[in-house]
Parts: sequence; structure tokens; C-alpha cells
Amino acid sequence: MIKQIAALHSFRGWLFTFGLLFAAIILFPVLNILVPEESFFHIPDYMFPLLGKYLCYAMVALAVDLIWGYAGILSLGHGVFFSMGGYAMGMYLMRSIGKEGVYKSDLPDFMVFLDWKELPWYWYGFDYFSFALLIVFLLPGLFAFVFGYFAFRSRIKGVYFAIITQAMTYALMLLFFRNNTGFGGNNGLTDFKRILGYSLQDPSTKMGLFVITAFVLFLSYVISRYIVKSKLGRVLTAIRDVENRVMFSGYNTLHYKLFIWTFSAFLCGLAGALYVPQVGIINPSEMQPANSIEMAIWVAVGGRGTLVGALLGAGLVNVAKSWFTVAAPDYWLYFLGILFIVVTLFLPKGFIGIFDRFTSKNKDREVIND
Amino acid sequence: MTSEKNQAEESSVDTRHGCILYVENVTVSFDGFKALDGLNLYVDDGELRCIIGPNGAGKTTMMDVITGKTRPDEGTVFFGQSLDLTKMTEYEIAHAGIGRKFQKPTVFKNHTVYENLELALHADKDIWTSLLKRLNADQKETIEGALETVGLVEQKNIRAGLLAHGQTQWLEIGMLLVQDPRLLLIDEPVAGMTHQETEQTAELLSSLAGKHSVVVVEHEMDFIRSIANRVTVLHEGRVLAEGTMEDVQNDPKVVEVYLGS
Repeated sequence: MIKQIAALHSFRGWLFTFGLLFAAIILFPVLNILVPEESFFHIPDYMFPLLGKYLCYAMVALAVDLIWGYAGILSLGHGVFFSMGGYAMGMYLMRSIGKEGVYKSDLPDFMVFLDWKELPWYWYGFDYFSFALLIVFLLPGLFAFVFGYFAFRSRIKGVYFAIITQAMTYALMLLFFRNNTGFGGNNGLTDFKRILGYSLQDPSTKMGLFVITAFVLFLSYVISRYIVKSKLGRVLTAIRDVENRVMFSGYNTLHYKLFIWTFSAFLCGLAGALYVPQVGIINPSEMQPANSIEMAIWVAVGGRGTLVGALLGAGLVNVAKSWFTVAAPDYWLYFLGILFIVVTLFLPKGFIGIFDRFTSKNKDREVIND
Repeated sequence: MTSEKNQAEESSVDTRHGCILYVENVTVSFDGFKALDGLNLYVDDGELRCIIGPNGAGKTTMMDVITGKTRPDEGTVFFGQSLDLTKMTEYEIAHAGIGRKFQKPTVFKNHTVYENLELALHADKDIWTSLLKRLNADQKETIEGALETVGLVEQKNIRAGLLAHGQTQWLEIGMLLVQDPRLLLIDEPVAGMTHQETEQTAELLSSLAGKHSVVVVEHEMDFIRSIANRVTVLHEGRVLAEGTMEDVQNDPKVVEVYLGS
């Protein structure tokens, strides 16, 4: 097993991966705590939630790449899985506010506002972190499994599948916008105070969350890499290229598609759960159709079917977004659209393709289509 | 699926009556057009059978019915005595031991030649095996053997999309070999091959008969003459004639619709 995992990367690849992990979980905290504030190398407190947010997006991109880049199934509804994880975590964070809300009630503020007298049944259990974690682990995957089972069994593919996932995220967004649904309506869940007893305002909590996120991303990457390097990964790319041939070779492609679809949703939910305590809010806008489309764009920009490309794409696009939404907020969507067109036309392999061009080793990695 | 179940599936191909494939009274219509019209076809275990017929005779539709891609409107298709192919899915049929080579060569172009064979290899094909198991020594040997048989040893690490046309055909045959089916359905194997390649293919297919049953659909008459002992002529979704190449060639009905033209 260890041997198999070690073979996932070249020595240099591992060195690089562990280098990044080391930077995130040791170097950054050290630069924050030990380096004086006026130094160039000091990392200020506010950077941690921001970087943590990017890492969550990177996890999402990883999830989208697994299903789109490898299995060729374009999902434009991953915002749903992200939100499910996010809401589950948000519900726990709401419950752990206790009586410190504006209305000093045991119920979350928005319920008092709606004049609800008691907690709806589906909020039971969220007083406990372990229960919330269980839901984070199970719900997005379970939901995806059921959805995927019916879609894949009916052999819905390509653009039809993408449209259905868009409809799914739109429908759920509308559902969550309603106050009566019981998840805070359009305001969502916010004003969190603490997680597991640690104050969310505390810089050390923020740093801790960042470090955890970095570590979870690292694990997700290694597991994803293991999957795509296994025979299962090769079956997935074969399904992407000629599904019929895979079936005639004796594979039940439904199982394969369901597996990667469910795993992808699981990763996405995990990312959502890590995102919410760092950003401090979850609301239905995460399920906007445009949000899920943006997730696919991250992967397209970075380079599909490479995993590393997805991580790179999520980073590049989101850093650009952070800068744009401050400097020229009105032009962000134009920029995103143009970026997508340019990448589609001139960089079919995304930004990672530019690197490939310089390393002769991967020169022939161009995807061959009929 | 566990390996016991695989074996159970295969051993249940019951050929006690000497026949491996029973196609009886099969009719398939597309929008009123009858692609197959009460087709009857019986293939003996270990036989090498050639199917010929003009365009639109229903050859490819017949293959589609046998492999589960198309469901017949009427009729029955049995694999051995007991497996009702009309009630099985494509992958179940493949697992039960029917391999198919398409008219247009279909290989996995983004995978290397070796990986193509690995994917086709007769093995457990459930997700957990694919995720956790590596090829064992026997399996590697089978793949290396197939590479030699189809003459692609030097190309094994090249991606299949970069192979020449003839090599692609051979790779697909190699994939069928490692899949190790009881019954091979081969659609136009020598289309676009050079004369020499055609001869080699004829040799290979002849050597397969006996251990496997082989059904070949082909237009190329010299090729059929060189391999077939029994030929079935299809015409308008029905069997027009059946017999040795000589019988068939001398059959006036056949001469009229096919050979004469």
C-alpha cells in the first residue's frame, strides 16, 4: 500500500507537494507568530481566513476535476454539495451561539424573528459537533448518490446532465430562500461565535482552521491522485472517451460513474464545511447557478484532468476575483467570461498546458478526440 | 462482483447440445423498416462462421442484438442453453463471455496500448478491485503474450490514438484476446488493411476457432474464402443461404443479390 502511494508521484513531485504542505501548516504560522509585524515576511492575521477560503475552493476544484476532467461528466450543480456541507456546519455553529444572540433566546435569532417557539425537528442533533460532522460526511454524498443513480441509470449524459444539475441547484436555492424552510432564508446562517468552544474572532482559531483546511486538502489531493492513478481512474477516462466500448468490455459503467460522482460530492461538501467557519456566513447565494458554473471555470482555466491544474485554476481565478472585486467590481463577470473564452480557444489544456509545453515529457498529453 | 460469481456465470454457458448461440425468429424494426425480419442463426461451439450480405442486410443490427445494444421486438437470443441475452445488459453479456469488435475500430485512444489491454483483460471488473488491486504476474504475462500475438510489443507504451490504422485493428483484436470470450463477434476486421495484414489476420482468426467460437462479418471475399468453412448469407434481415463457400457461391439466389453484382 505504502509503495503504491509512494509511486503516485516522482520524487520531485512529492518534494513539491510536501513543501507546500510544510509551508501551509508550519511556515505560515511561524511567520505570523515569530516574525515582527513590520517585517516584510510577516503574515498578518487577516490572511489566514482568506487563504483558507482559497484552499476550500481548491478542494471544490479537485472535486469538479474528478467528475469532469476524468469521467467527462460536466456538473454545473456542485454548489449544492458545497452548500450542504456548509449548512450542516453552519447549523452547528448557530446552535453553539447559545443565548448570546440579539434576542437572548435559546433559538437562533432568525427563528425568534419568525416567531417560532421551538426548534424544528431537523435542527435536532446539531448541538453536537460530532453529529454535524456526521451529516457533513454523509449528506452530500448520499444526496449525490440518489440523484446520480437515477440520472446515470437513465443514461443521461453530456449537456443534458449539466442542465439537470443546474436545475437542481436553482431549485434548492429557491427552497433555501424561503424563510419557512427553516435555514434562515436569504440571510442564511451567520453571526457565529465559536467552534468547539474556541472563539471564531480569535486569531489563533483562524490560524487553526487554516492549518486544518490545508491538511484536509492535502489528504484529499493524495486520495484523488490515488484514485486517478489506479485502474479505476483509467476506466473512468475510458468511459469519458468511449463509454460503449467500456460496457462491451464487461464493466458496469453505472457503478463507476456513481462512485466518482459520490466521492466528488463528498469532497465538495467537506470543502463547504471548512469554508463556513472561516468566512463566517452561509446563505442560499452559494447555490446560485452562476456559482456552480464558476467552479467549472476554475477547472477549465487550470486544466482539466490533471488535478494539479484544478488547484492552480481555483487559485488563479479566485486571486483575480479578490483583486477585481475591489479594483473594478463591475467588470469582474466580463473578465471571467473573456478568460473562459480565451482559455477554451487558445489553451484547451488550461494554464497547466503552458508548463507542459516546456517539459518535453508531457508534450503528447493532448487529449485525442474523434 | 466476486470472482466466484464470474466463474459461475461463465460455466453456466451450457453448450451440451453443441451449439453456443441460438438466434431464433428475431425481428427488429426501426420506424417501420425491418432491419431483421425473423432471423434464425445457430452457431456451433468452436466454430468459425462468416456472415456476408449486401449493405443493409442487417449484419450490424444482428451484432447489436446479440451484444444487448438493441432489443429485438420479437424472437429469442440464447447464449448456450440457458442465458437469455435479450434480458441482459451490455456489460453482463460481455461478462458472460461475448466479445465484440466494432466495424469502426474502437480503442481507448488516450490510453497506451498496454493500458488498453489491461482494461480489456479478463478479470474482476467491479470498482473495488479496480481501485485497490494491481495486475498480478499471470495477468501481466497474458498481456505481454497478447502484445506479441498482435505484434505491438514495441508500441506498448504509445498511446493508442497514435497508432496506424492496421495497428489499431490489431490492438482491438488483442483486446478481444485478453478478454478471453467464449464467443467473438468481429465486424469487418480487415477493412483498410494491406494485403499482408489481411493474411495475418486470417491466420490469427483461424487459430482462434476451436478454443473460441468466432463470428465474422466481412465484405472482402478473398478473406472469407481463406478462413471460412461455413458461410451465412443475409439479405433483407433474413438468412438467404447457408453452407460452404462453394455451395453459397453457386446458389442462384445468392448470385442474384450479392455475388453477381
